[in-house]
Amino acid sequence: MLKDITLGQYFPGNSVIHRLDPRMKVILAIAYIVAIFLAKSVFAFALVALTTLMLVIISRISVAVVLRGIKPIIYVVIFTMIINLFMIKGEGEPLFSLWRIRIYEEGIYRAVFMALRVIFLIMATSIFLTYTTSPFSLTAGIEGVLSPLKLIRLPVHDFAMMMMIALRFIPTLVEETDKIMNAQKARGADFSSGGLIKRAKALIPILVPLFVSAFNRANDLSVAMECRCYRSGKGATKLHKLKFSALDFVSLLIMAIFITAIVLINKYVTVGFSL
Amino acid sequence: MYKIEVKNVSFVYGQSTPFETSALTDVSVGFEEGKITGLIGHTGSGKSTLVQMLNGLLRPTSGQILLDGKDIWEKPKEISKVRFRVGLVMQYPEYQLFDDTVRSDISFAPKNMKLSESEIDERVREAAAFVDIDEQILDKSPFELSGGQKRRVAIAGVLAMKPEVLVLDEPAAGLDPRGRRTILGGLCEYQRKSGTTVILVSHSMEDMALYCDNIVVMNDSKIFAEGTTSQVFSRASEIASVGLDIPSIAHIANKIKGNGIGLTGNLYTVDGVLDAVLREMKGGR
Ligand SMILES: Nc1ncnc2c1ncn2[C@@H]1O[C@H](COP(=O)(O)OP(=O)(O)OP(=O)(O)O)[C@@H](O)[C@H]1O
Ligand SMILES: [Mg+2]
Repeated sequence: MLKDITLGQYFPGNSVIHRLDPRMKVILAIAYIVAIFLAKSVFAFALVALTTLMLVIISRISVAVVLRGIKPIIYVVIFTMIINLFMIKGEGEPLFSLWRIRIYEEGIYRAVFMALRVIFLIMATSIFLTYTTSPFSLTAGIEGVLSPLKLIRLPVHDFAMMMMIALRFIPTLVEETDKIMNAQKARGADFSSGGLIKRAKALIPILVPLFVSAFNRANDLSVAMECRCYRSGKGATKLHKLKFSALDFVSLLIMAIFITAIVLINKYVTVGFSL
Repeated sequence: MYKIEVKNVSFVYGQSTPFETSALTDVSVGFEEGKITGLIGHTGSGKSTLVQMLNGLLRPTSGQILLDGKDIWEKPKEISKVRFRVGLVMQYPEYQLFDDTVRSDISFAPKNMKLSESEIDERVREAAAFVDIDEQILDKSPFELSGGQKRRVAIAGVLAMKPEVLVLDEPAAGLDPRGRRTILGGLCEYQRKSGTTVILVSHSMEDMALYCDNIVVMNDSKIFAEGTTSQVFSRASEIASVGLDIPSIAHIANKIKGNGIGLTGNLYTVDGVLDAVLREMKGGR
């Protein structure tokens, strides 16, 4: 069912990662991405692999779920691997050559490293941001991280509000699409046969009611907000005020140690291949 | 003879996800041919889920749906044929309207059935007449209509298929008494003329009493009671135990009977009870 796609992302829980402040999670996710791109040698990659595995274990998200999260990008990964494999020119003799295709040792390493980078990146960001953080606290987190930009008059609160509303209405719209599709199927609509044009035409009976109801909803919501004197966050207080706890500072410290370790490994452990 | 029969059907929403809910557990029930059967139950009891099984929108997690004695999922590829035979009007069907004019919206289903131009035109006019939509409205945009009119157009859109079984999920919900009478009265007339098997989901016991031959009561994803309207309404206290109420007039009739006065006949509509009381008084003299 359509619904499973969006609802399947956040897994409520009470692990250490679930309990982190969402602002800290945004910061940690960015730091982790930096760390992944800093890693240049075999050993640094091994460390990243180890910590990513640790993240999975600590978050108590099932491995199957995390692997399923990688599935959509598998083609991107394969594509970058192939490009790297054929395009990289190494210094020594090619390992393999046929006609104009030459594959070097460097190419293989680079292809594998690139693939691992993308996979770790997806795994880590989804663990920090999507699997363990509800959409609402994620928005609050992003707003918190971006709030210094208020100083240069960027409407951070408005962006956060828009994002929150969009997120809030995704499940509603999915549910509604489901309902409309069922109603049209009950009248004999057929969405799965015929050529491209016929299939595109078959979407009209779904899209028209969907847009009509989305606009109605948007209109109702804006009227309701105005009736409650919404003035884009001026002087508004928060129901759930975010507060950093000791846990957040410890996690930041661990992240700092992790990044330092990667930099040191890159520099001093010279065994094996490095980019 | 049952026109459509539900056999040991269970259904689970969102199976093997954290959001798993069981909406039907081992439900078996039959709907008699050529009768109006009411389906009633409090909110969340699984009525809409059951009703969406009847035309194959949902596939039972286990169990069978038999239409004229044949399992509708025997050939899953031909499920769309079943949808033309079992017409379903969903709960709040207004949102299904999409076309430029009411006329072309009602003809959506007949067009999907690949009927001839003249046949489609004929069916649209007939269906519109049953739900009291006149010629003038047929050329308007469906988005200009009032809520009640939209509802009737949506129902006409299913009537135009001339299904063998017509299933309506709360067709009169949220309408005023006159709107309810127009829709339900129109449907009743349609049923009498066409002999269609009708299944009517409703929250209103009064409507059930007026329009239904048989009643099925659902509670907590299961069938709680079934039988003819008078059979079901004679079990007032049981029905009250699942949070439903029989029509007030049936309460009065039951009280009168409780005092040893033998009333007979239709004891769940005002007219019926009035008749019975008058008959009893005349007989007594
Ligand atoms: N799309 C869905 N996804 C998950 N659960 C659902 C879905 N639709 C219904 N349910 C659940 O299934 C159960 C039965 O719902 P159903 O819609 O069949 O009830 P109903 O009897 O029609 O209620 P109402 O009178 O309010 O229309 C409820 O517990 C509901 O929460
Ligand atoms: Mg319902």
